[in-house]
Amino acid sequence: MEPETGEQMENMGDKHNKNICKEAFVKSIPILCSYLFVSMAYGIMMEEAGYHWYYSLLVSLSVYTGAFQFVFVTLLSSGASFLTIALTAFLMNSRQSFYALTFVDEFAKMGKRKLYMIHTMTDETYVINCSLSEQGETKRSLMFLVALFSRCYWMIGAVLGGVLGQLLPFNMQGIDFCMTALFVIIFIDQWEKAKSHFPALIGLAAAVVCLLIVGADYFLLPSLIITSAVLLLWNCRKESDRNDDLNA
Amino acid sequence: MMISMHNMGSIILTAMTSVTGAGNHTRYVLLAILLAALITFVLRALPFLIFHGEHKMANFLVKLGAVLPSAIMAVLIVYCLKGTVTDWKTNALPQILAVLTVGISYKWKHNTLISIVAGTALYMILIRML
Repeated sequence: MEPETGEQMENMGDKHNKNICKEAFVKSIPILCSYLFVSMAYGIMMEEAGYHWYYSLLVSLSVYTGAFQFVFVTLLSSGASFLTIALTAFLMNSRQSFYALTFVDEFAKMGKRKLYMIHTMTDETYVINCSLSEQGETKRSLMFLVALFSRCYWMIGAVLGGVLGQLLPFNMQGIDFCMTALFVIIFIDQWEKAKSHFPALIGLAAAVVCLLIVGADYFLLPSLIITSAVLLLWNCRKESDRNDDLNA
Repeated sequence: MMISMHNMGSIILTAMTSVTGAGNHTRYVLLAILLAALITFVLRALPFLIFHGEHKMANFLVKLGAVLPSAIMAVLIVYCLKGTVTDWKTNALPQILAVLTVGISYKWKHNTLISIVAGTALYMILIRML
């Protein structure tokens, strides 16, 4: 593969840029299908909870995360405390820190686009970014365009969901199951990739126990805290086991 | 970026002026959105804030981050299905059947869209029938 520099890119002109746009669009088609649909469900769910399309747009524009936005609807409509919202956002979105970690060097070369890239990193664009075989400036342009397109799909879907949700002649009750379905799918994906199923099982056990003890209204936070604590201890124990092995 | 900022400003204004009656809840929602957006952005930017130089991320954090996603997803599934405990009769059966539909169809076809549509459609039908 031929390495490309910024200067070469500029010389290649419009045709090259068009090709990159097309390529980025093709790469983003899977995201288009899932984002448009899921964010429409989000817009409808917000509408059902009494928040109009401009709230959906505002959240999609400023927060822009899949799973958390859905949980956020229930948090908002139940009037959850800022502490609960902050901790839920922190725990649910802390994975984003680990995504960005992969691209620290690449984003650093992107100049003005760096901030936008940081803000628009999602599970799906992360996967696409990882799968790109292109190099250099071509890769960076593709990453930027995929991020831009994906965010547009998400925002368009959220607004459409909010606006059309109001106009739909039939009752949309139950559309929020979409979120559960999405979580089940992500869970299966992660289960298949995982080396150990202990984290998933601990999460499940902690949540069920907390639900039964604390009740449906308040169990999310204790579940997340207990899960993180157990996993931290579990990691430490694995570490010390390995050290023991090395010392033996 | 500029366009985004401008849009955000006008949306906040619209949101504030159109719901002046329910001022308290509007303020709560806007603050909550701001809070969530800030936390999410800081989390995304964290590696850039910490690791632009020689610094390396604490090992235990890297490892926690690697195992956290699947655990959190499990917690979230229980969160979505919390209604099954409080309302066994009307909630549990449709949810369990729909979750099974999503799981089995996804294992079979590995198509996100099909599984979401199938599960959600079944759920929406079941809650109207049962």
